[in-house]
Amino acid sequence: MKLEYSILVGGAAGQGSRKAGLVIAKLFNKLGYNIYIYDDYQSLIKGGHNFSQITAAEEPANCRKEKIDFLLALDKKTITAHRAELKSGGLLFLSGDGGGKEGIAIPAEKIVKDLGGLPIMANTALIAGFAKAIGIEWKTVKEVLEKEIDRELEKNIEIAEAAYSQTQALFKIEKIKARPKMLLTGNEATALGFAKAGLDIYFAYPMTPASSILHYFAEHQKELGVLAIQPENEIAVASEAVGAGFAGKRAAVGTSGGGFALMAETISLSAESETPLVIVNSQRMGPATGVPTYSAQADLLFTLSAGHGDFERFVIAPSNAEESFYWAGKILNLAWKYQSPAILLLDKEVSEGTFSVDKGVSRLVKKEKESLWGGKSVYQRYKDTVSGISPMAFPGEKGAIIKGNSYEHNEAGITMEEKQEEIQKMQEKRLRKFEGMQKEIDDMDAIKIYGNKKSKTAVIAWGSVAGVAREAVSRLGFKMVQPIVLSPFPEKQFKKALQRSKKIIVAEANALGQLSKVLSGYGIKANKKILKYNSRPFTEEELEKQLKKA
Amino acid sequence: MELQKTNLITQCPNTWCPGCGNFGILAAFKQAIEKMISQGTKREDIVVVGDIGCNSKIADYLNLNSFIGLHGRPVTTAEGVKLANPNLKVFVFTGDGGSLNEGLDHLIHAAKRNSNIKVIMHNNRLFALTTGQFTAVSPKGMKGRSTPQGTIEEPFSPLELMVASNASFIARSYSAKMEHMANVFLEADKHNGFAFIEILQPCVSFFNPIQFYNERIYEAENKAIESEEETLKLAREWNYSESGKIPLGIFYKKERPVFEESARELIGKNIEIEKCLEAHY
Repeated sequence: MKLEYSILVGGAAGQGSRKAGLVIAKLFNKLGYNIYIYDDYQSLIKGGHNFSQITAAEEPANCRKEKIDFLLALDKKTITAHRAELKSGGLLFLSGDGGGKEGIAIPAEKIVKDLGGLPIMANTALIAGFAKAIGIEWKTVKEVLEKEIDRELEKNIEIAEAAYSQTQALFKIEKIKARPKMLLTGNEATALGFAKAGLDIYFAYPMTPASSILHYFAEHQKELGVLAIQPENEIAVASEAVGAGFAGKRAAVGTSGGGFALMAETISLSAESETPLVIVNSQRMGPATGVPTYSAQADLLFTLSAGHGDFERFVIAPSNAEESFYWAGKILNLAWKYQSPAILLLDKEVSEGTFSVDKGVSRLVKKEKESLWGGKSVYQRYKDTVSGISPMAFPGEKGAIIKGNSYEHNEAGITMEEKQEEIQKMQEKRLRKFEGMQKEIDDMDAIKIYGNKKSKTAVIAWGSVAGVAREAVSRLGFKMVQPIVLSPFPEKQFKKALQRSKKIIVAEANALGQLSKVLSGYGIKANKKILKYNSRPFTEEELEKQLKKA
Repeated sequence: MELQKTNLITQCPNTWCPGCGNFGILAAFKQAIEKMISQGTKREDIVVVGDIGCNSKIADYLNLNSFIGLHGRPVTTAEGVKLANPNLKVFVFTGDGGSLNEGLDHLIHAAKRNSNIKVIMHNNRLFALTTGQFTAVSPKGMKGRSTPQGTIEEPFSPLELMVASNASFIARSYSAKMEHMANVFLEADKHNGFAFIEILQPCVSFFNPIQFYNERIYEAENKAIESEEETLKLAREWNYSESGKIPLGIFYKKERPVFEESARELIGKNIEIEKCLEAHY
């Protein structure tokens, strides 16, 4: 039996349960475990009920589990909300003086009070007590706290030390022989992937669950050299990015469904003016404002079609942080190679979930060169080439007059309304480019296959649900197919993967079965759809049960 | 002679109506560009960003770097250009419909953040290319295709709005006054910061107050050019209705920190992605 622990830490908003979750995850990371953290919070600033649930496992971890081994309660509500999820033999850690039936009491509030700390520091005491109880060395606890706490570190260490010494060790948690990995949220990984592929400017208007990409860039402007700009709305965000692209700087933007809707006109502009535009659309539950801090995968059809007119775009949906790192870099390079709109389609669980990431992924991402003019001939922004790709030049380059245009235009970029053959010719130039995009996708690993490759039952899932499905099929012996690139659609790879499949089950987090609809357009019929649309992600056990029934 | 040297006009056939005020604006802008080039501006460093509307056809006619984007968005597109390459001189051509209706939020925010772009607003006081509907600056009672009985809305003053938005350069000119326009363009170019230039432009096809303008315009001078109060006084001489005198000139000019320069000061020069990666263990 492979080692696996599920730990939940909860409290009211403002009590620091998210930070506590990250610190606990880092403790297990130091012991060699793979990590996944699910963050659950409401659309409010203080009060309510927030929690982080950590999966620490010997195997790769991509989802939350139904049952928990250790429950850490910063408030009473956490106990009432989650006690039933404790496994038999699971341990409850709570802040309090007496021990007794409830669980293991750590006098967190008393320690904080005695040592003159702030109320929020109770979470430090609880974590330190918990660490002692499960046999994590003080050295490790101290190391992690020193790295993670940026305010009043000394006081926190003092509090942690007191809680650690006042708690009894119950057992010693096993170490795993593996090097610690990076712990990244999907959004952090996306930012780093972009930066590695040469991003110059990131534009965004705040919107959950994409905001933390903007925050990450803003916080790391010095190290990453990427400008972080917050314009007045999403329309400004997208059109400024197109302006920056026209002037030769790599730009990306990020938002969720509602903001993405406002960007639709600019997606079309990007296609017609052939200016690269990269958008991160991190889905949350709609329609409209929906359930804004919870998840869904309900923007697939919209993302595949947003923007008026006939054009192709890249849509890529990673399922975890490592994939986000890689594909963020890739999609930026693709957008510049094909001078096209490109959308990185995340969802709340990918964006805000924390995952173990192998640092090796960073070496796979680099800035790839786009097609440039080079000053040899008379410059024409929309030169009609065999590939349909017209070399780029940027304002400031001597000898070129660069005319970008949202009207249909001639090769020089001048508006053209009369000449029908010319209008058709320019559309056909872009059509050849779209063929190149399709070929590009066909030549890369646009889908991934997991599980029992010989199984006649194939489970198809994308985005964060693919991470859950990967784990859920392991005991069932099914094959699991994950499309990562969704546009241009990797039809050949898909059909090959499903050649011998007798039964196809599609699992996704939306009500209409959007991926099934896409698949049906390519003649792939889902025999069974497993749909979840209550705004909360699948747990592994939940999906496994449903797959078994199917 | 200058014109032949720099060849500023493309082969694109001009489709403005005969007698359109836009011809004057094009000629004055060309004149200003020639002067700028003769004074050392590199032609490749000039970028014209167009809206959608009669005004923006100017981008097709000018043999300069240009980008014609979407209706209402030339200001933001231009801000992106300037942020990407602060060495460029970025001129926005827009209309009252584009920047006071569809893209009003962008105009206000570009002024607020003092983006170093020059916004030239052709003000014909209606949507012309869509065959004549009212805009934010159409006079009350103006009859158009969508208001056959006359618009029931009052106009607002874009100049007052620009004062309130903290624009650092505010001017008004008139499409029949070539030299005046060219001079305002050159002064806007010299100004380090956001510039808003309104150009009153009669529309010969749908709204032609040429007589009215000729009777009422005069070249004003604001002796207290850094004073918001004095600027407002000038701006309020005419409220876009049928009465009052119409002052032209540079109403306001005051240097303050430029957005693109301040933003660039915040980013690092030595990229250290490794340092970021290490922080995640």
